[in-house]
Amino acid sequence: MAEAASSNDNQYLTFTLERELFALDIGSVREVLELVNITRVPRTPEYIRGVINLRGRAVPVVDLKLKFGMGATERTVNTCIIIVEVALDGESTVLGALADSVQEVYEMETGQIEPAPRMGTPIRGEFIRGIGKSGEKFIIILDINKVFTSLELAGLTQSLGEVAAENGEA
Amino acid sequence: MNTQEDAHRAAYLEEARELLADLEASLLELERTPDDADLLHKIFRALHTIKGSGSMFGFDDIAAFTHDVESVFDRVRNGLLAVNGRLLDLSLRACDHIKSLLSSEDEDAATLDADGREILEGFRAFGGETAKPATEAPQAEPAAQASPAAVMRIFRLRFQPHAGMLASGNNPLHLLEDVAALGDCRLYVHVENIPPLDGLDPEACLAWWDCVIRTTSDAAALTDVFVFAEDDCELSVEVLDDGCAVNGEQVHCRLGDILVARGDITPEDLAEALSSQRRLGDILKDKGVVSNGQVASALSEQAAVRELAVKHHERAEKTSSIRVAADKLDALVDLVGELVIVQAQIRQAVEERGDPLLRSLAEHLERLGDSLRDSTLSIRMLPIGATFGKFRRLVRDLTAELGKEIELVTTGEETELDKTVIERLGDPLVHLLRNSIDHGIESPEARAAAGKPATGVIRLGAAHAGGEVVITVADDGAGLDAAAIRTRAEERGLVPPGLEMTPKELYNLIFLPGFSTAKAVTSISGRGVGMDVVKRAIETLRGVVEIDSEPGRGTTITVRLPLTLAIIDGLQVQVGAQYYVLPLASVGECLEMAREPGNGGEAGMLNMRGEVVPCLRLRDLFAIDGAPPDIEPIVVVAVDGIRVGLAVDRVIGEHQTVIKSLGPLYRDIGEFSGATIRGDGRLALILDVAALVRRAESSEIRRPATV
Repeated sequence: MAEAASSNDNQYLTFTLERELFALDIGSVREVLELVNITRVPRTPEYIRGVINLRGRAVPVVDLKLKFGMGATERTVNTCIIIVEVALDGESTVLGALADSVQEVYEMETGQIEPAPRMGTPIRGEFIRGIGKSGEKFIIILDINKVFTSLELAGLTQSLGEVAAENGEA
Repeated sequence: MNTQEDAHRAAYLEEARELLADLEASLLELERTPDDADLLHKIFRALHTIKGSGSMFGFDDIAAFTHDVESVFDRVRNGLLAVNGRLLDLSLRACDHIKSLLSSEDEDAATLDADGREILEGFRAFGGETAKPATEAPQAEPAAQASPAAVMRIFRLRFQPHAGMLASGNNPLHLLEDVAALGDCRLYVHVENIPPLDGLDPEACLAWWDCVIRTTSDAAALTDVFVFAEDDCELSVEVLDDGCAVNGEQVHCRLGDILVARGDITPEDLAEALSSQRRLGDILKDKGVVSNGQVASALSEQAAVRELAVKHHERAEKTSSIRVAADKLDALVDLVGELVIVQAQIRQAVEERGDPLLRSLAEHLERLGDSLRDSTLSIRMLPIGATFGKFRRLVRDLTAELGKEIELVTTGEETELDKTVIERLGDPLVHLLRNSIDHGIESPEARAAAGKPATGVIRLGAAHAGGEVVITVADDGAGLDAAAIRTRAEERGLVPPGLEMTPKELYNLIFLPGFSTAKAVTSISGRGVGMDVVKRAIETLRGVVEIDSEPGRGTTITVRLPLTLAIIDGLQVQVGAQYYVLPLASVGECLEMAREPGNGGEAGMLNMRGEVVPCLRLRDLFAIDGAPPDIEPIVVVAVDGIRVGLAVDRVIGEHQTVIKSLGPLYRDIGEFSGATIRGDGRLALILDVAALVRRAESSEIRRPATV
């Protein structure tokens, strides 16, 4: 696993959300699925769309567009679920991310990638690991661990909100 | 080679840890019954094995240290030394020391060494030979002792004393006694040569013996017994079973058996032929070749060999347990889980097809699957007693520290629970016990003042009840102070002032996070420290914890846990396009209710045989679009003894449900304990009924406040 990651160091999976081109380090991508039935878990943040059955496992699926404030992902023939492996709380977890379409595996040298500008990006700068280029188009390379860690925190505050309110002084 | 050695060492470490746990338990037991010889033997054996195998696998420091401890217990065992508190203190410290020796990786060898020396100094104070250098190699002796696996052999020994044997000072009876001491022995005496009384020479030894003996000794050891009588008797020793044969039958294969085994005749043929045959003994007797007595002797030998062989097998069976790595078991349980899912899918497909042959096959598969599931899960079941043993030590240490007198009484050690549950139960139980010791039981003076015996009692019990395991921690201490809890809760705004609450509701407040971290409560009632942690831990095990208390009489905490975490029986229901599973254990009954036109979305009340049962509509609770059916099925669940109706669209039926975790992202979503995979591959969420009802309740409580 580790060897595979090192040989694929400069490879990225590109995908689109709305018009924008995004990319994920190929090392964290496990597979890409067609959109399947997602079972919603009631009373959870809307951008966590629910869980899918991935060969007998319940895998949560996140709507990145909702998370990034780009509106809900619509179901089209191109809609995909990218299955990624991220570290939550130090343990590795499998999650799904919705994408409007998946493009290609793209190779970029480290030198080609620039740090995220302070402003002007379509999503919050902290989720961006860097900006690459494909021809004239920019590719936003996501820091997938940061994206999902922030999800987890959001989930926590939501369900603990009431308790915290009750125990304001604690 | 090296890896094999590592494996042996790992096995030794594991074994030693178990032995140490046993040892600790025995030591604590010994404190109560200092005269129990069995217990002393057990302690001695444990020490001996730790020492013996330790030196075998190169743990010389452990072997050397344990040797000295063992010597002390040898003296105790031989009645040279009495058991007392000081000795037990030291022994327990020695246990700890061996434990740290086992886990140490040489980094703090110096401190350990100093510790060890100090403990041994302490032992030396008991006098005796412990002071002798610990370097004496303990290898040889344990090797002999630690060979219970030595081969069992069966011998036939024929002992025919010469008539004049008694005159040379040998007594055949003593010789036979010596033989019998070597193993399991059957004797048959031949008296045919003894003449009628009128011709009897009282000084002549005319009887002779056949002896069948099962022993670990070898033939030489048997002949050695007769070394001084060699010239006065005829002696023959024959091996009947050298212990290498798989079973006793092989030694005595009969013609009929061989023919049957080869398929030349059927067992029926054999039985028929045998019934028409005369018994061999009778034939020989008729021919006058043998006497009655000789036949009887041979028959008795045959019986003895058989009996001994059977014993041999029983013994082999008793010890036939194997050690399996826990992750292999986990993998097996996972596989069985997958199998159950596929089975559910097959069942669904078969129902649709309606083929009778397929159906009967599917049913057969289901039965097999069920038993496979049950036996797989039972492999993971362990008695909870080992955990209780650890607590004994905790109570002993804490009691001494706090200057209290507390006795821990445990029951139901044999209650079996899933391995994972036991592992994860340890911490919450320690917490509960600490609370009882720290805050529950009063000081001896306070107890005396309250007219109670100075020694407090904490009862730790486990028992099976239905599909659950119930664990109770009960103390006879001061009990909870309801008034103080109320004051505190009102101060913190958790409860509106003056709200009427039952004592039980008040007690339950201590489970709220951070409830009694404040000093005020600790000094008044002092309970609830970290109780939220306990509750959370129990809930992750899908269990519930209840508290009951009687002022001045004590507090009882009851923990109810499911038997296993992996698979439950569930009732599947449908709401809109979503499927949910309710744990069958919490489902009371299902009924239907016609929806009243006026009562649109409100969760209402249900009139159940005259009793008012609150009713929740899952559709509303989970904000699922669409209208409920006109006649709504209601699943009545029982939570904490309260019945609540849950309105759904459709009740699908009972299914075995393999619980799949929803993962860390949903860790804090209380209402769902997981998901399961339906026959059609879709997911159904498993409802945590207790959390659901609690949630609905708390929003009910809040409602009047907001209006």
